[in-house]
Amino acid sequence: MTEFVAPDIAWAQLTPILLVLGAAVAGVLVEAFVPRRARRPVQLTLTLGALAAAVVAVAALWGDVADTGGTDVLGGSVLVDGPTLVLQGTVAVLALLAVLVIADRTDTGEDAFAPQGAAVPGSGYEEAARAAGLQQTEVYPLVLFATGGMLIFPATGDLLTLFVALEVLSLPLYLLTGLARRRRLLSQEASMKYFLLGSFASALLLFGIALLYGFAGSLRYAEIAEAVRTVTGMDGLLLAGALLVLTGLLFKVGAVPFHSWTPDAYQGAPTPITGFMAACTKVAAFGALLRVLYVMLPDLRWDLEPALWTVAIATMVVGTVVALVQTDIKRVLAYSSIAHAGFVLTGVVALTESGIVATLFYLLAYGVATVGAFGVVTLVRERGAVRAAARQPVPAGAVRAVAGVPGPAGPGDAVDAAGAAGDPAATDDEDPGEPEGPVLGEATHLSQWAGLGRTNPVLAGTFALFLLSFAGIPLTAGFTGKFAVFTAAVDGDAWPLAVVGVLASAAAAFFYVRIIVLMFFTSPHGGPQTPATGAVDDPPGGAGVAAEVAADEVAADGVADTSPADRPGTVVVGSQGFALVAIGVCAVLTVALGVVPGPVLDAIADVARLLP
Amino acid sequence: MTLTHYLVLSAILFSLGAATVLLRRNAIIVFMGVELMLNATNLALVTFARLHGDLTGQVMAFFVMVVAAAEVVVGLAIIVSIFRTRKSASVDDVNLLRS
Repeated sequence: MTEFVAPDIAWAQLTPILLVLGAAVAGVLVEAFVPRRARRPVQLTLTLGALAAAVVAVAALWGDVADTGGTDVLGGSVLVDGPTLVLQGTVAVLALLAVLVIADRTDTGEDAFAPQGAAVPGSGYEEAARAAGLQQTEVYPLVLFATGGMLIFPATGDLLTLFVALEVLSLPLYLLTGLARRRRLLSQEASMKYFLLGSFASALLLFGIALLYGFAGSLRYAEIAEAVRTVTGMDGLLLAGALLVLTGLLFKVGAVPFHSWTPDAYQGAPTPITGFMAACTKVAAFGALLRVLYVMLPDLRWDLEPALWTVAIATMVVGTVVALVQTDIKRVLAYSSIAHAGFVLTGVVALTESGIVATLFYLLAYGVATVGAFGVVTLVRERGAVRAAARQPVPAGAVRAVAGVPGPAGPGDAVDAAGAAGDPAATDDEDPGEPEGPVLGEATHLSQWAGLGRTNPVLAGTFALFLLSFAGIPLTAGFTGKFAVFTAAVDGDAWPLAVVGVLASAAAAFFYVRIIVLMFFTSPHGGPQTPATGAVDDPPGGAGVAAEVAADEVAADGVADTSPADRPGTVVVGSQGFALVAIGVCAVLTVALGVVPGPVLDAIADVARLLP
Repeated sequence: MTLTHYLVLSAILFSLGAATVLLRRNAIIVFMGVELMLNATNLALVTFARLHGDLTGQVMAFFVMVVAAAEVVVGLAIIVSIFRTRKSASVDDVNLLRS
C-alpha cells in the first residue's frame, strides 16, 4: 500500500466558495437555534454578508490571478483562473441582487414564498400557517447552497467536481421552485417537472462522465484532453461520452432541444427565484460549458461542431419564434432567455479567444437585465375583486374602495392599504384602511400590463430599459454583448451563426417592443372582475383549489378565448425597498455596461485565459 | 465472462432506465428509472476502474451514491407534496403549465 499523502490545498483561492457554503451551513443552524422572530433579520444579514464578502474575495484574488494566470487547487479539481473569477464575480453579484428581490416583501409584510412548503394547498393547515403569519426563512440557506454550487461549477477541473457542483446547484433550485406563495399548484407542478427532467439530464451527464473515464482512464480535463490527442481506436466511447456530457450541460443552460423545462419552471417558480435561476444558473452553466469545450475537448471541435451549430441555431430560432406567441409575461421572458442561451452559444461555439471574452461579457449583461426584469414582475400584481362588487368595471391601476365587504383572502393576504399604488383617489369616499379587494399574485398576463407606463412610468420605464437591453438596442449592455458574441462568431469562422443570430435578434426585438408599446401606448383596460378568473387565490377548501385550477388554466390557455376585460385589474404593490434597490442597481449596470463597456471588456480580456 | 460483459449490462440497464423515464407515467416510477440510470453508471464506473487499474472510478461511484441519496430526499419530498395535493402521482395529470 502506498502511504496516504495529504493534499496540499490553496485555501486562499477557495475563499469565495468557502464563504458562501459556510454561510449556507450556518444558515441551517440559524433555522435550528434562532427564535422564529429573529430568524429573518439574521438570515438576511448572513446571506447578504456572505455574498458581498464573496464579491470582495473575488476582487482580492483578481490581481494575483491577472499576474500568474491562475492556480489549480486540490491537485487540479478546482481551477482558479481568470474566467473562473469573472464568472464567480458575476454569479456573486447577480445572486446578491437576486437575494434582495427574494428578501423583499410587500408593505403588508408578505413575501413570495409559501408559509409552509409542506402544507397542502387550500388545506386548513395552510390557512392556519398563514393566519399565524409564518414566513419561510429556509429560502436563504437554500439560495446560498445553490449559489455555492454555481461558484464551483465554472471552476471545475475534473468531471467528478463538475457532477457534484451540478447537483449542489440543482437540488436547492428544485425545492425553491415549488415554494411559491401564490398559484401553489402551478409551483408544485413546475417543481416536479424541473426535478424529473433535471435528474434525467444529470443521469445522462453522469453516464457521459463514465464513458469519458472509460476512454481516458482519468477524470481530469487536462488528462482527458491529452488522451483525445493520443489514444486511438475508442472514438465511439469518446464521442458518445462527450455528447452525453454536453447534453447535460446544454440542459442546464436551456438550449433547444433540451429546453422544455425552462418555460414551465420559470412560470411556476416564485418570481424572485425565477430571476435568480434564470440569471445565475445560466452564468454558471455556460462557465462549465466553456471549460469543457475549450479545455477538455478542443481537439474534438471538428466532430462536435455540427452538433453545436445545430443546437445554437435551433435555440435562437425556437426561442425567438415561440416567444412571439406567448401571452404570459414570465413565459415571454423564459423563451427570451432560451433565445439568449442561443446567442451566448454562438460566442461559445466560436472557439476563439475573443469568444471567451464575448461570452463572459454577454452573461454579465444578460444577468443584470434578467434579475431586474423579474424583479419588476414581482411588483406588478393583480387587484382582486371584492365579491359583492364584482360586476362593476374597475379601472386598472385605480383602486375602488368598497366598504364593509371583506376580501376573500385570509389575514396573510392582508389588504394592501389604499395608496399603495400611489393612487390618491382610493380613499375619496370611504373610510381609509377599509379593504377594497386584496392584492393577489403577479399580474403575469400580458394584457394586464397595458397602460402600466401611464400609471407607473418609472417602473415601466425601467422594465422597458431591460427589454431594450434584451433586444440589443445600442447604449444598453445587451447591444455590446450581442456585438461581442457575433464578432467572435465571425472571427471563429462561424459566420452562419452570426447571420442567424442577427436575424433572430431582429425578430426578437419585435416582441420586446410590443411589450413596451403595450405598456406605454395602450390604455389600461377596465373590466368586470369575477372570482372565477383569478380573483380567488389560495382560498381554503377543495372548491377553491378547483377554482384556482380553472383560473390558472384560463391563464395558461392564452388570450384567444378570453377578452382582456375579464381579467382583474393591475396594481403595483409597495415594497420594503429591497427589490427597488436591486432593480435600480440592475438598471444602472445595464446602462453603464452599455455606454462605457470598455473598462469591463478590457478587464475581462486581461484575464480571459483558461488554465489547461 | 470478461469485463466487457459488465459494460454491456451497464448499457442495457441504463437504456432500461432511460426508457422508463420516457415511457412511464407515474412520477415515482419515472424517478426509479432515473435511479436505475445512476446505478447503471456506477456499474460502468467501477468496471472502467477495474479495466484501467485505477481507483478514481470507484471513488466517483461513492460520490454518485451520496448524490443519488440526496436526490431521493429532494425528489420524494416534491413528489409526495404534489401527491398530497392531487391524490395522484401521474405526470399526465400535471398539465396546468402550457404555452
